[in-house]
Amino acid sequence: MKAKIYVTLKQGILDPQGKAIEHALDSLGFKNAGNVRVGKYMEVDLEEKDKVKAEAEVKQMCEKLLANTIVEEYRYELTA
Amino acid sequence: MLKIGVVIFPGSNCDHDCQHIFKNVLGQYVEMIWHKETLLAGLDAIVLPGGFSYGDYLRTGAIARFSPVMGAVKGFAKKGGLVLGICNGFQILLEAGLLPGAMLRNKSLHFICKDVSMKVENAATSFTSAYESGQVLKIPIAHADGNYYTDPVTLASMQANAQIVLRYCTPEGKVTPDANPNGSLDNIAGIINAEGNVLGMMPHPERCAEAVLGNDDGKQIFLSMLESLKGNKKQLKMIPA
Repeated sequence: MKAKIYVTLKQGILDPQGKAIEHALDSLGFKNAGNVRVGKYMEVDLEEKDKVKAEAEVKQMCEKLLANTIVEEYRYELTA
Repeated sequence: MLKIGVVIFPGSNCDHDCQHIFKNVLGQYVEMIWHKETLLAGLDAIVLPGGFSYGDYLRTGAIARFSPVMGAVKGFAKKGGLVLGICNGFQILLEAGLLPGAMLRNKSLHFICKDVSMKVENAATSFTSAYESGQVLKIPIAHADGNYYTDPVTLASMQANAQIVLRYCTPEGKVTPDANPNGSLDNIAGIINAEGNVLGMMPHPERCAEAVLGNDDGKQIFLSMLESLKGNKKQLKMIPA
């Protein structure tokens, strides 16, 4: 099983990189683009075959190491 | 003679400056502690130095906090031992949960390396007692992630408990947004835990602790620690500059 994990700054916390990209998009003429958030994307291979157990494991990984939940939020997808 | 432990993580680069100040400037015994150590015996204080532990991978301090030595550092802190975290050391203390909050990328997105002005807001701690309250120091910063953040409830409780020990200010001592180099909440440069034995600060006192190097404004951080450990303020204040 493969976990695809996304970590971004929480809404409400200023993301200066996101803001800079937003301004760049705007100046390129993408006037409708807004609220750009920059984050991290990680892929992790898991030996666990059971989806529920794998999910619990990924959640622990995120809480313990992959995201700092004071300032970041995470989401993930599990694929076979 | 006191025994100060300086932890070396892979990527630490201010460890020897900290050793130099405690050993050669202040005449104490310093033990360099490799991050794989799990037992810390007979230490009076621990310093987590600046640098780029584990290359700042994932987040600053995020991997170093799981180094074997950190279990012993936590135990030492729980027992009331003095722990000083400078720059990356501060970031590690935050990730380890020994201090509240987290670091964000500097608001400007730049790595900033320059002298700034910093005010001692609380001179009644084991790390600042050799300063006057309100004293303004000139001190270098060198970081990309020094934009301190915590939730409003924690911030209010830290403010109420005088845990915000060091704040960025103008050379005249005014705490203004313009004097804030990195976007840090409430101009925070350094905080202490509620128990008063763990201090984290982004500026580098070890880089300005000798008059011969042109600036010794940071020296009293280390002197304060020694004073507090020896419980004898007068004697140590007489150490020549």
